[in-house]
Amino acid sequence: MIWFLLAAVPFAPVDREYLFEARQMQALSFAVHIPLVCFGIAFPAFVLFMEALWLRTGDRVYRTIAKRWSRVMLALFAIGVVTGTILSFELGLLWPSFMATFGEVFGLGFTLEAFSFFVEAIFIAVYVYGWDRLSPRAHFLSGIPVAIAGFTGSLTVISVNAWMNHPSGFTLEEGRVTHVRPLDALFGNHFLWHEVMHMYVAAYIVAGFLTAAVYAWGWLRGRRGRYERVALVVPLTVAALAAPVQIVVGDWAAREVAREQPTKLAAFEGLHETEKGAPVHLLGWYDGDEVRYGIPLPRLLSLLAFHDPNARVTGLEEVPADERPPVNVVRVAFQTMVGIGFVLAGISAVYLFVWLRRRRLPRSPWFYRVVVAAGPLSVVALIAGWVTTEVGRQPWVVYGHMRTEAAVTGASGIPVGYATLVLVYAGLLLAVVWILRRLARAPLDVQPGPSGVAPLIAGAARPNAEREER
Amino acid sequence: MTLAEAPLVLILIGLAAYAVLGGADFGAAFWQFGARGERGAALREHAYRAMGPVWEANHVWLVFVLVVCWTAYPQAFASIFSTLSVPLFIAAIGIILRGTAYAVHAGTAREIERRAIDGVFSISSLLTPFALGTAVGAIASGRVPIGNAAGDPLTSWLNPTSLVIGTLAVASGAYVAAVYLAGDAARAGLGELAAAFRTRALGAGVVTGAIAFAGLAVVAYDADRLGDNLLAWPAVAAIATSAAAGLATLEFVRRSRFEVARYGASAAVAAVVAGWALAQRPELLPGLTVEKAAARRPVLIATIAGVALGAVVLIPSLALLFGLVLHGRFEEQAAARSSDRATFAPRRPRLSLLAMAAVAGAVGLPLTLVFDGGPFLAVGVLALLTFVALASVALGAAAAEGDGRRKRL
Repeated sequence: MIWFLLAAVPFAPVDREYLFEARQMQALSFAVHIPLVCFGIAFPAFVLFMEALWLRTGDRVYRTIAKRWSRVMLALFAIGVVTGTILSFELGLLWPSFMATFGEVFGLGFTLEAFSFFVEAIFIAVYVYGWDRLSPRAHFLSGIPVAIAGFTGSLTVISVNAWMNHPSGFTLEEGRVTHVRPLDALFGNHFLWHEVMHMYVAAYIVAGFLTAAVYAWGWLRGRRGRYERVALVVPLTVAALAAPVQIVVGDWAAREVAREQPTKLAAFEGLHETEKGAPVHLLGWYDGDEVRYGIPLPRLLSLLAFHDPNARVTGLEEVPADERPPVNVVRVAFQTMVGIGFVLAGISAVYLFVWLRRRRLPRSPWFYRVVVAAGPLSVVALIAGWVTTEVGRQPWVVYGHMRTEAAVTGASGIPVGYATLVLVYAGLLLAVVWILRRLARAPLDVQPGPSGVAPLIAGAARPNAEREER
Repeated sequence: MTLAEAPLVLILIGLAAYAVLGGADFGAAFWQFGARGERGAALREHAYRAMGPVWEANHVWLVFVLVVCWTAYPQAFASIFSTLSVPLFIAAIGIILRGTAYAVHAGTAREIERRAIDGVFSISSLLTPFALGTAVGAIASGRVPIGNAAGDPLTSWLNPTSLVIGTLAVASGAYVAAVYLAGDAARAGLGELAAAFRTRALGAGVVTGAIAFAGLAVVAYDADRLGDNLLAWPAVAAIATSAAAGLATLEFVRRSRFEVARYGASAAVAAVVAGWALAQRPELLPGLTVEKAAARRPVLIATIAGVALGAVVLIPSLALLFGLVLHGRFEEQAAARSSDRATFAPRRPRLSLLAMAAVAGAVGLPLTLVFDGGPFLAVGVLALLTFVALASVALGAAAAEGDGRRKRL
């Protein structure tokens, strides 16, 4: 174990052997956690909306949906809690040099996030276990902090990510930070706002389309009662309104990236040479000098990045080769995200058009098939978006200040940890699928019982029984 | 207490809360492990029911400890996590398993499924507290040097002090859990379960006390500085408090006075954390005093202010949750058909909201597209969000109402 001897200088990177595994492990953990975050942000709002409709109309179908969804919310939150805890472990387990050097600059963001996490955990319990125990008004109010904490939690976490992409609020002297201004670093950073808005809207799109996909699937198989209809149209409406807005927010995000991280923007397209009136190439492959086999759309990159078709766009050549991100990964991820974003907006347009013109849902089964596909696609777009920004940030962990390989742990055994985590998360995925199917098979209305959760199961063996809400 | 020490006090409060509350959760899993037959099923069910509403909040304490640690003492945090990557990773896996058990439990229908699931997931009751305990032992016995993975990856946490503290963590969790679960069962009027957990609490209490005392001897042999300090003022006062609280708790449990015992057991565990801190003061890691490890002054002030601000929200929220749980408000008997008490003022959702949404959208779209920053962009983005929110409410409610209601819209 020679690297022990090399560790004379504290937090000098001692062994870069496992950089690849460490990055993959971190990426896997984010990819598992982020879809759950979407449900943490958006699902409480859906549930509360249903409960509000019940309180307004007295129609019990809304109450049934709210109650059933709140159980799904709790189960997904449980998984979100543990996968989020893993992420905070991994910051130390995988990137100790990053934490040792910069932990104090951005740590405040996570400290504040812990309190959002507390509030979410507390009130989600009060809400879910409080059905039939609290007065309807108190019960409804107990859900509101969950929705608020979902937003504040993502705001504070993303403030850290925005800082990593656009660092400020400190001075670096001989490898140590001085003049730390944590509030400036996190919340005085204009780079925060487009990131947080892009993610917040994405959360409603992902949770909306995924939930709608479940009921669209049922719709195709003939489950078209009032319950299913309400459970389909509400999340679909939210997602359909959010998806077009996301394109506008995404355009704003692209302009911010163009201004602050020109190399990342160049990687979106694979633009090698700085040029005026730069094009976008659909598909194709970046070979180190140019994009091959792509469909060129002249001047589009300049237009997107600066809202000026003749604007000068910085190319990858402006930075040394070892300061460029892996272009094709970023490029494919970016095009995947944008492509899916437009598909989702197209679904939205059809849905909203039919509804506003005819006051009914689309009748073609193809619409429902597409909605079924939109659920998983929206998750793909979400993850592709994070790949775009995080791989696009490479080789920096703190943009322009610390390279990722300087951040990594010197501990051995990372591959073993990675393999273990893959297995555990595979099991976790199976468990989530299993529990969601089980919850879906439970009869529609159940009497409240001991734990508020368990009695639901008593009839689980009798699918679709006792639909007394009808 | 200096400014540099203040975040450490917050960390210790969080650690004590996690040792007690998180420990109780893993302890509950400990008792679920191997509980068989009809009685075993009742026991397991009770453990889920009692811990269900609080376990998530209990686990957030660990996150709190981590984030304050890396903000206020970044070098110490990095040294600990890189040297102790193995036990901390094991602990993390245990946490995943425990959370999954809760999520999946809601879907179990048959006894055989429950047994299978509990069997798999109860491993977490051993893994996580033991692994975290060994990590504490590594820090306490000075086996974590400053640096990126600078300590021994195995002997740093596989040593007498670590093993004894790991065992103590498992035992104390089981003990606290048994006391809590006995109390919850008694309050819910489940006499037989209360008796079962009373027996377990007494047994676990004696075992935990024995491990703690044996542990003092082991620590004295393995890590003399820590051992000496533990038996000297002021740490010895904390150790004595823990012993006294533990003994008193045993007596309360024997008399089935579980509500007092709940606090006694918690105090006994929390006092051990305090004792450790007092014994190790002023060094966080060998050669790294708290003063040297602390982040820059503005960071410390911001952290303390942030935690104070958070506490204003957290303390009443926790009080509400624990108040509801401890008063049995989530239990079966408390279930009134509260929906019958609801008063409704049926109103149809109106589409005038849609008009407002359209205005918001019409304002938001050009502002967001044209401005690259500044207040106009902010107004534009907020207007777009308002558009989504208002239009969702209007269209969502109307669409939920169903087809053929055109004239009402």
